[in-house]
Amino acid sequence: MQSEEHTLVEEKLITDKENAVVPEDLKTAEMPCITDEYEIVYQRPKTLVDVSMHYCPGCAHSLVHKLIMEAIDELGIQEQTIGVAPVGCAVFAYDYMDIDMSEAAHGRACAVATGIKKLMPDKYVFTYQGDGDLAAIGVAETLHAINRGENILIVFMNNAVYGMTSGQMAPTTLAGMKTTTSPYGRDTSFYGFPIKVSELIAPLPGAFYVTRQTVNNATAVRKTKKALLNAFRYQKLKKGTCFVEIIGNCPSNWKMTPVETLKFVDDEMIKYFPLGDIKLPKGEDLKNLQEDK
Amino acid sequence: MKGNEAMAEAAIQAGCDAYFGYPITPQSEVLEYLAREMPARGRVVLQAESEVASINMIYGAAGAGFRVMTSSSSPGISLMQEGISYIAGAELPCLIANVNRAGPGLGTIQPGQGDYFQATKGGGHGDYKLIVLAPSSVQEMADFVFLGFELADKYRNPAMILSDGAIGQMMEKVTFGKFKPTKFDKPWATTGKPPTRERNFITSLHIKPEMLEKNNLRLVEKYKKMRETEVRYEEIETDDAEYILVAYGLCARICHKTVNLAREKGIKVGLVRPITLYPFPEKILSELANKTRLMLTVEMNAGQMVEDVKLSVNGKVPVEYYGRMGGMIPNPEEILNKLENLIKTSHAI
Ligand SMILES: Cc1ncc(C[n+]2csc(CCOP(=O)(O)OP(=O)(O)O)c2C)c(N)n1
Ligand code: SF4
Ligand SMILES: [Mg+2]
Repeated sequence: MQSEEHTLVEEKLITDKENAVVPEDLKTAEMPCITDEYEIVYQRPKTLVDVSMHYCPGCAHSLVHKLIMEAIDELGIQEQTIGVAPVGCAVFAYDYMDIDMSEAAHGRACAVATGIKKLMPDKYVFTYQGDGDLAAIGVAETLHAINRGENILIVFMNNAVYGMTSGQMAPTTLAGMKTTTSPYGRDTSFYGFPIKVSELIAPLPGAFYVTRQTVNNATAVRKTKKALLNAFRYQKLKKGTCFVEIIGNCPSNWKMTPVETLKFVDDEMIKYFPLGDIKLPKGEDLKNLQEDK
Repeated sequence: MKGNEAMAEAAIQAGCDAYFGYPITPQSEVLEYLAREMPARGRVVLQAESEVASINMIYGAAGAGFRVMTSSSSPGISLMQEGISYIAGAELPCLIANVNRAGPGLGTIQPGQGDYFQATKGGGHGDYKLIVLAPSSVQEMADFVFLGFELADKYRNPAMILSDGAIGQMMEKVTFGKFKPTKFDKPWATTGKPPTRERNFITSLHIKPEMLEKNNLRLVEKYKKMRETEVRYEEIETDDAEYILVAYGLCARICHKTVNLAREKGIKVGLVRPITLYPFPEKILSELANKTRLMLTVEMNAGQMVEDVKLSVNGKVPVEYYGRMGGMIPNPEEILNKLENLIKTSHAI
């Protein structure tokens, strides 16, 4: 995901050049020294493990991992956070997130998270799930966890396809969209329409905060980050489930270049899955949070 | 007290932190009892949306280092199998009780022992074993909860109580001794990563074949150790026995009567009652095979444990099976009848 990385990786020139320390071996070099003349305004979050990820180039999973870890860093909750990794392309999430994590069987992340959270109600618990995981095989666990108002964060990565198993139709595959198991395009008369999970679960009293975001441009990335930050913060209130749906992409199985997928998100995905907050906490609920600050 | 209630009370006394379950006859009393008794003690009890959910809640909570339990009956235990396989793969301690009813399918709510293979051979996918305990009285329903929790923690392995609808429902006197749960260190638990240690993760995923094989071999070693140290069984009148009955759970109680009836008639019959169905008491059966003429397993299924007895005695004596199914319970006389017939025909050979 090239475009927003560029904007985020802005580096500001230090104006006070005289005081900049230049390492010995660079003093004679013709290249201007960049190490110390710039102030770091962006870097890898400390809780994101410094290894190369297995994701395909341009895949949103890696970016969203980073945003989650940025939020955990900024809130300083590494010690109190337990993540639940799904079966899906993000199955190795625990290789990248420097926090305690539990793998879950396909679709069962919300049940696993319930087991953890019910016994450690003061910890921060989140699940990270794909659309196959959450919206097909794991609907019952997801719906009931939200209905119980489990104080967890569910990060729902909707890329409209089964990424890991190489591109089969998902419950969120768009009408007419071609996948390996809908080679002629999703036939809605046979398979029905893609499920809008956020809209489906928002009316449940157990759902506290429901939002749909994407990460295909810099502004969207910032908004997603903010949504994740808020969702983590709200967990403290013990008022119910926070659900952050993120429209992702899958260059490999959409059979597009990464840049083409960004356009497809704009042109097709968010037309059917409109972005924005679907359920916001009420002002009075947030009062405690502000007082807490 | 009912067998199911004894199990529930024992769970509380054994320091069970949480119970997750879904109603099914003939074991719903466990969930009902705990729903009444656990919250006041600050423990967690949750009626899940399905057995699939409850076993995965168990996985999450056990992974976080808590002492946890679920129970169900046959169809529900079938639904849990994927989760149990994950729990065994991730090496998490927990206690699962199966109050066996008769199958297949929806079957009936009457007692059965048709889940023997499922319980003792793994049950779900992949190579793994559960520690399987078979109570034959209400007292043992309670005792084996303590034992099951301890063994599960000792081996970081799921333990199962394989009971049946009769023992779950029957009422008997139970005494609860002073049980002190052992404190087990769980440095691997997902409790939140402090700066002082590496992150913990609970998983059964080893994508590289060399790694998975290594892990599986480690599990095999663990199961071997269980076979060496945890075998439990009861022998009744085997000293001078010429014929051995082998039965567990409810059938063992009935066979005890058969032993008495046979002895009254002058037939020297003994009984071996496996208490751990896994690890199976192979050694004692093999030893008894050296000095007896015939073994007869009595089961409420189509003949499952009989295979393990045959493997144990390795052809040294004939091993026969007698059983009832569909929720029918054999009576002591019909078992004796079967034995007498077998003795007659085996002498004829
Ligand atoms: C019980 C079970 N059924 C099927 C699978 C195979 N499987 C693994 S991941 C997956 C779908 C993943 O799709 P999604 O949840 O959308 O995640 P993505 O890879 O797209 O991020 C499936 C069907 C499995 N591991 N377990
Ligand atoms: S298959 Fe798709 S979802 Fe999976 S890593 Fe590759 S691009 Fe990402
Ligand atoms: Mg997907």
